Amino acid sequence: MNFSVLQFPASNCDQDAVHALRLLGHSAQLVWHKDSSLGEADAVIVPGGFSYGDYLRCGAIARFSPVMQAVKQFADNGGLVLGICNGFQVLTEAGLLPGALIRNRDLQFHCEFIHLKTVTADSAFTSKIPGGKNLRVPIAHGEGCYFADEATLASLKANNQILWQYCDAVGNVTDAANPNGALQNIAGICNERRNVAGLMPHPERACELILGSDDGKWIFESLFAALKEKTLVQYS
Amino acid sequence: MKAKIIITPKKAVLDPQGKTVQNALAHMGYTAVTGVHIGKYIEIDLAPGTDRAAAEKAINDAAHKLLSNPVIEDYKLEIE
Repeated sequence: MNFSVLQFPASNCDQDAVHALRLLGHSAQLVWHKDSSLGEADAVIVPGGFSYGDYLRCGAIARFSPVMQAVKQFADNGGLVLGICNGFQVLTEAGLLPGALIRNRDLQFHCEFIHLKTVTADSAFTSKIPGGKNLRVPIAHGEGCYFADEATLASLKANNQILWQYCDAVGNVTDAANPNGALQNIAGICNERRNVAGLMPHPERACELILGSDDGKWIFESLFAALKEKTLVQYS
Repeated sequence: MKAKIIITPKKAVLDPQGKTVQNALAHMGYTAVTGVHIGKYIEIDLAPGTDRAAAEKAINDAAHKLLSNPVIEDYKLEIE
């Protein structure tokens, strides 16, 4: 499979995403923010970092870049898009995902390993995560506190759009395990159509044991499986 | 001509900066303070002679699309 990884000024996890995808046996290319085409892409990764210096609000400026118009179109056509950290912020600002990400409740930048509970296997981003396995992956953000109004939260729940919640090492979703004050410990969600997802943690930084964990690979393995299935359907 | 935009967090949104400053004010003895909300102030210069109504419409549009995020923020616009 071939992935397009976006590159904004001050993206800093773009190379990590490319590295992880290649390590896992797939090809990946960087796409510059001024490009209006995604190139040959089976799926798109909007990577972490501090696009446009996080000026105004995280992700607010990136949303208007030419490449994001292409991403919107790609998503509208049903293409798979995963936003990681700043990428999640960009996708919410672009209206591709509901809600917003605000300052961590303790005003601190958190750079640490956390645990993730997968809420549903029913998505292209979670289907291959072994049942009952809590993913140990790092976070690195100052503005990762997920917020949505009551109506949005209710529809996220009704449509099973919450994909991951922060939990402790044994899988309990507690306030103590919530690093940033996110509503209901929400770490990642998908859209109603289930083809666009975002999460604050960094699965691409946890795909090999030398980095402390390879749990992140399960999110990518889910994507690969979904893409393979899609290709089979296309050609069958 | 100037457009002045004041952006504040919505009431339902957690405002840890406001809360921290409120606590600091309480420690300093400002007992009458019951809430602090921290937002942003943006000043936009407009060409002299710009049509006021048109400017208001355009800046409202910009405030909604870019300057504020309606999910978490409210804004007030003044043109002078």
